Amino acid sequence: MTFVLVPMGFAFYYSLFRWRGVGPPTEFVGLKNYTLAFQDPIFLDALRNNAIVVFGSLLIQGPIALGVALLLNRRFRGRSAFRLLAFVPYVLAEVTIGIMWKLILTGDGTVDVLLRSVGLGGLVKPWLADLDVVIWTLLFVLTWKYVGFAIILLLAGLSNVPEELTEAAAIDGASWWQTQRHITLPLLGPTIRIWMFLSMIGSLQVFDVVWVTSVPAVRSLGASATMATYMVDNGFFARLWGYGNAVAVILFVISFVAALLFQRFLLRRDIEGAITRRAN
Amino acid sequence: MTANSVVSPAAGRRPISLGTPLTYALALAVAAVSIAPIVYVIVGGFRTTPQIVDDPAGLPDPWVWENYTRVLTQSDFWRQAFNSAVIAFGTTLGVVVLGLCAAFVIARYTFRGREALNTFFTLGLLFPAGAAILPLYLMLRDLNLINSYWAVILPQVAFSLPITIVILRPFLSAIPRELEDAAAIDGADRLGFLWRIVLPLSRPALVTVGILAFVASWNAFLLPLLVLGDVSLHTLPLGVQNFSSQYTTDTAGVLAFTSLAMLPALVFFTLAEKQIVGGLQGAVKG
Repeated sequence: MTFVLVPMGFAFYYSLFRWRGVGPPTEFVGLKNYTLAFQDPIFLDALRNNAIVVFGSLLIQGPIALGVALLLNRRFRGRSAFRLLAFVPYVLAEVTIGIMWKLILTGDGTVDVLLRSVGLGGLVKPWLADLDVVIWTLLFVLTWKYVGFAIILLLAGLSNVPEELTEAAAIDGASWWQTQRHITLPLLGPTIRIWMFLSMIGSLQVFDVVWVTSVPAVRSLGASATMATYMVDNGFFARLWGYGNAVAVILFVISFVAALLFQRFLLRRDIEGAITRRAN
Repeated sequence: MTANSVVSPAAGRRPISLGTPLTYALALAVAAVSIAPIVYVIVGGFRTTPQIVDDPAGLPDPWVWENYTRVLTQSDFWRQAFNSAVIAFGTTLGVVVLGLCAAFVIARYTFRGREALNTFFTLGLLFPAGAAILPLYLMLRDLNLINSYWAVILPQVAFSLPITIVILRPFLSAIPRELEDAAAIDGADRLGFLWRIVLPLSRPALVTVGILAFVASWNAFLLPLLVLGDVSLHTLPLGVQNFSSQYTTDTAGVLAFTSLAMLPALVFFTLAEKQIVGGLQGAVKG
């Protein structure tokens, strides 16, 4: 916490100055850095991209993870091996999988050749260079990388569903689907909400995959920028330290408010159940 | 902690069936989507760049080892792997030692402000750490820590503490008071109790938090990118990124380097899958 709260205090202080990072900040500009940020179309693009990643991750990863978790929760030989394989993308470093997808998605690369070979050549696009396409390509890579995390959590939730319940339902003549729909899913509620929360916070701060996979030129035009890459590009690499810190404060406030709202309306029961019960 | 029962669910209650063909087909599809790109990269490392340009989706013909041997002998791979290892071990050690001490105090002693301290750490989980990276850099610069292992290790330890304490605390609370009394009668002071009784008893939980910290450190990118400007201190993730932007025309070399960088994580994950998965699940379930 000291490493988060204290720095954020400093960030707010620095954000009130025009400062190149050398010597103490002297040129006080008030809240001008904040108004500048909200007037910069690139920053607004970054905000839009973060929104796409937040909602895209929830809407795409959620159903996929639920389906795969239900599948891998069934009893069959070799299940643990399949689980292991499904988790692999999640444990690899963001950077390595970012480079990997960059190589695969490159122009006339593997994906393009494969699409053409199955007669879908019309779908071929400059996946990482087209300004309108790149954020959706990145959303795909992020989904591939993080869906394993959702699966891990949901499998944990599923293992807590008492077998007696599903067995009782089966005896009463419920089909597998009916059992999942009316017994398993409602009991998975807390797990799903915690995953949504973690996914949202992660999506708001997404940096590594975006930074590595997309080309700097595309990022600087805003097409693939996120708040975090915009902050590092401007604050660290362009040495606009006052401005960069203002973006940091905006990112922090948005993430924190989102976290509080989520907790207030959706998560409170779960956290009370999960953390306080065990802690005492 | 139910982490382990999660991975190996109650055996023997119902015979494991072979599963329907549909189950297998779907499971195979999931596995294929997960690992096909990774297999592609590893196999691609055995081709030459002209082969790849010629047919990006083909198989090696002939298989060449040259890319892998070149990366292992001529690049900075080993030094970067060494730096990653030093930072990851340092972080793990710090997280385990500090996490154990903090969780021990919070779990076993009643004192003014204990609940406040606990809430403080629990809330730490909700904090968006990424937002703090710029001021963190400035702080580390003022402390003259930039371009040192410490610049990565110290913040990583600090950021891992909340999750560590949340995982460890219930373990430590569950150790019976009688054990502590017995240790006291046998002449152990609080440190002796921590060292001789608590440490061995909480080993599974310590292993879990240690492995989580290790993997997070091994994969870290943003913090090292900012604070390790000195190339000789670069970690593997930085190395992969540099290599790929430096040798853009050497596709085969980049594939080989990327594969080699994945390898330790893959091996590590296969060996410690139960702890990693169990730890993540345990952390979220609290």
